[in-house]
Amino acid sequence: MAKKHIVVDPITRIEGHLRIEAIIDENNTIVDAYASSTLFRGIETILKGRDPRDAGLLAMRICGVCTGTHYQRSIEAVEDAFDITVPKNARLVRNLIQGALYMHDHLVHFYHLHALDFVDVVSALSADPKKAAKEAEKWAAVAGTVPYEGYGDLKEVQERVAKFVKQGRLGIFGNGYWGNKHYKLTPEQNLIGVAHYLKALDIQRDMAKMQAIFGGKNPHPQSIVVGGVTCVQDIQNPARIALFKQLLQDTTKFVKQAYLPDVYMAGTMYADEATDSKATFTELMQGKGVGGTGGGLLNYMTYGDFRLDDTGFYKAKTLFPSGLVYGGDLSKVEDVDPQKIAEDVTHSWYAGTGKPEHPYDGTTIPEYTGLDKKEDGIAYLKTDEKYSWIKSPIYNDTRVEVGPLARMVVGVAKKDERITKYVMNFLKRGNLPTAVLFSTVGRTAARAIETELMADVMVEWVDELAANAASGDLRTWTEFDFDKVSVKTKGMGLAEAPRGALGHWVRVENGKISNYQAVVPSTWNAAPRDYKGRLGAYEAALIGTKVADPEQPLEIIRTIHSFDPCIACAVHVVDTKGKELGVYKIDTGCSI
Amino acid sequence: MADRIEGVKKLFTSKSARVETNKGDAYYEKLFEKCQARIEELKTQQPINNRLDITDVLEMQGIERRDFLKWASAVTGMLMLPASFTPLVADAALLMNRAPVIWLELSDCAGNSEALLRSDGPKIDEIVLDIISLEFHETLQAAAGHQAEKQLEDAMETFKDKYLLFVEGAVPLGMNGQFGTIGASGETMHDHLLRVAKHAAAVVAVGSCATFGGVPAAAPNPTGAVGVMDVIQGKPLINIPACPANPANMVGVILHYILTGQVPELDSLLRPKFAFGYRIHDNCERRAHFDAGEYVEEWGDEGAKNNFCLYKVGCKGPMTFNNCSIVRYNEGVNWPVGVGRGCIGCSEPDFWDKYAYERPMADAKIKAPTGGVEKTVDEFGLGLLTAAGIGIGIHAVASAVAGKKEDGGEA
Repeated sequence: MAKKHIVVDPITRIEGHLRIEAIIDENNTIVDAYASSTLFRGIETILKGRDPRDAGLLAMRICGVCTGTHYQRSIEAVEDAFDITVPKNARLVRNLIQGALYMHDHLVHFYHLHALDFVDVVSALSADPKKAAKEAEKWAAVAGTVPYEGYGDLKEVQERVAKFVKQGRLGIFGNGYWGNKHYKLTPEQNLIGVAHYLKALDIQRDMAKMQAIFGGKNPHPQSIVVGGVTCVQDIQNPARIALFKQLLQDTTKFVKQAYLPDVYMAGTMYADEATDSKATFTELMQGKGVGGTGGGLLNYMTYGDFRLDDTGFYKAKTLFPSGLVYGGDLSKVEDVDPQKIAEDVTHSWYAGTGKPEHPYDGTTIPEYTGLDKKEDGIAYLKTDEKYSWIKSPIYNDTRVEVGPLARMVVGVAKKDERITKYVMNFLKRGNLPTAVLFSTVGRTAARAIETELMADVMVEWVDELAANAASGDLRTWTEFDFDKVSVKTKGMGLAEAPRGALGHWVRVENGKISNYQAVVPSTWNAAPRDYKGRLGAYEAALIGTKVADPEQPLEIIRTIHSFDPCIACAVHVVDTKGKELGVYKIDTGCSI
Repeated sequence: MADRIEGVKKLFTSKSARVETNKGDAYYEKLFEKCQARIEELKTQQPINNRLDITDVLEMQGIERRDFLKWASAVTGMLMLPASFTPLVADAALLMNRAPVIWLELSDCAGNSEALLRSDGPKIDEIVLDIISLEFHETLQAAAGHQAEKQLEDAMETFKDKYLLFVEGAVPLGMNGQFGTIGASGETMHDHLLRVAKHAAAVVAVGSCATFGGVPAAAPNPTGAVGVMDVIQGKPLINIPACPANPANMVGVILHYILTGQVPELDSLLRPKFAFGYRIHDNCERRAHFDAGEYVEEWGDEGAKNNFCLYKVGCKGPMTFNNCSIVRYNEGVNWPVGVGRGCIGCSEPDFWDKYAYERPMADAKIKAPTGGVEKTVDEFGLGLLTAAGIGIGIHAVASAVAGKKEDGGEA
């Protein structure tokens, strides 16, 4: 029997431009998969020659979604290079901006970028709103709470959607995979999902407002500078603090009463796919775990995030500890050694030296070799050669996955009290085996667990900030002598984006950036094969998945979406070593 | 030369550099009639896609008529129309379901899509579901792959010559456009844009990348990225720059289109004057400190604690045209000057190479078009900051250049 070749391009409901090609056998099971990014912007090249103090603003534009994360990592890379520790207020403000970003990002991802892979909008029309209200109560009870809305609200939503659907075109809901056999929720459950999809559109604006209070605006906040933050008037204004707390309270309510119950609902209905392995928590702790559908590499890495004290970079205790777990084996955990991070370009559209290189010294020159010839209007990736604008990051000669699941897994393996408590509570309440985590569904669940944790911990931070400012400490910036510290140095900003491990590496010479590299979460996850032919995380996660209808590759986008792809982030990488550097001159640019 | 410097000084220190908003009763009477006729005509048409009636939606959302009119009145002001237009603007909002929108993403970071999601009036779910008919939007739509491509084809065919095309992201032209491809056929972003723009009623470039090239086009522009206006010919084209564009201005452009059936009045950079006729500096909450010579000298100093002017720590408000200081961001919660970091000039061409840095214009060693010598702000003393005026000069020259482009490129 002939194998079939499926091309999905564009992968929608993601950030950026991504193509997936999958080969399925006669049983519609994926036997091979390729991930390709189809856009290149070259932001590192643009950063060269600029003043390192200005880098954050530009580096932030790597992504408009996890906006602010790149900003912080870039600024911190420079602070690391200059050996600056920021004041307490600045650390807390940064944590609050980043924390609100985590919550915002996860919520928007679940409802607006991912839910339609689980929720059949059209099916919601045949729901009985009364039964749906009961169903909502059931899942809220699992989460230990009451439903976010009742019968009346669900009925209204249904009427609204019915009117919309009946009248012809579906707009952005048009041409979805509605009616696909692999949609498993009941009509009532689908109605709950649709109602929360709409409500979440509203709630996410409040989470963005939380970032704007201390960041100035969202997307693309503007209050972080090398040495600290600028929002002095916002931290000493009780009305600002009160507004932040109010918004946090409102959004936390939605997280606990809608988001978590919905994840239980979807997770349980799709649990059979997630628990191909029935390993218990104890077995996993002994290293006997294997993944369910979409599990993939099962190697997880996190750099850690959110400094909890003011002892400076890489010395402070962090909310999420850094570390590595291999093969889903929770009994062992390894510390991250930044020296072991490297990038390979064997299958990426760059010329390379043939061996992986550390980001401080990466050598990469664009070398686009194009797509294979078109058949029936479809062009195919040259998968034996180069086929993506994303490089292949490698840790200690191993391929790893990054993201919220990695943070939870490493947290548990490191026996972090807080993380273990949230993960175990989630599993216990849902009566789910730990093995459920190592799958497409688990990736989605980890994101929800993390959102709940963030919501709770941020209350502590905002109170700490208010108390500190009230005590008269308004220090927001650490002074430094730029001319002295910027002669020749290098630094790195290693922490997490909502999507996973994010690193920025900067070299500074004579006050200018001489080299800049960022290795971002989606570079780790969306990467093509490496020099040893080993698969990237997306590719590995697709292998073995059964596709119900090859014309509607719902299962492919479900697993890919579970990673929360952010391809604009991943594709920024170019280092023109060997060519003239620092061609940027402001005099030239402005003498019009 | 003296006249020119004097002119720049005057521009910089004048109470307001905003456009003249009052065009006289006769003008507005005529416009009112025109808009009225347009709205009556739209009312006779079926909503495209048979979208819901916004009044139902407002009711469902518990938004009272009074609140809706309050919003319409604010938008009327933003669009620089007299208060008498408020009922017409409200009517236009009710008719937004006659406007099909196709949204393309090219070389971008999705910041403008995200900004659209933060739109606060009307709320985004109303926009998406009930008001405008968003036919294609990669970040939001359900369909993927071939189904997504078909969705685009269908929308282009169904709404031929009627849809508004929003474009986010720059157009990479280097290497024959192959720095960016979309779809199974591997079509370049450039070809993709030309194909979809062909039957658009108007093209709206959203954000700094789509308007002037933005981040990817910053020096040394490794992918040969350009803005939409550099590749689209013979179409009405509106630029809504800023990084990201303020969603209020996106909604404003659509409303204006519904109201009048034409693009709003534009400046030489094709920006709507209702949004970009203002200079940040003129409506800035810290302007009084500028006039009094009270500056933040370094981050976190006493000046910072007292909300002094941010010019010396790099604010580019004096040479940036946008309505941020009036509209602000995220439902008016804050804006860059509010948060003490100053304006980076993101609605101006080439701002990454000219404005987005942490020092005042005077320290930039930019050769002034006025022929002036670079000096520091202190040497200029208070108030009459020719150094900042240089920025205005640059804007004027940039405008003249873009104006030429416009003459050559616009139908």
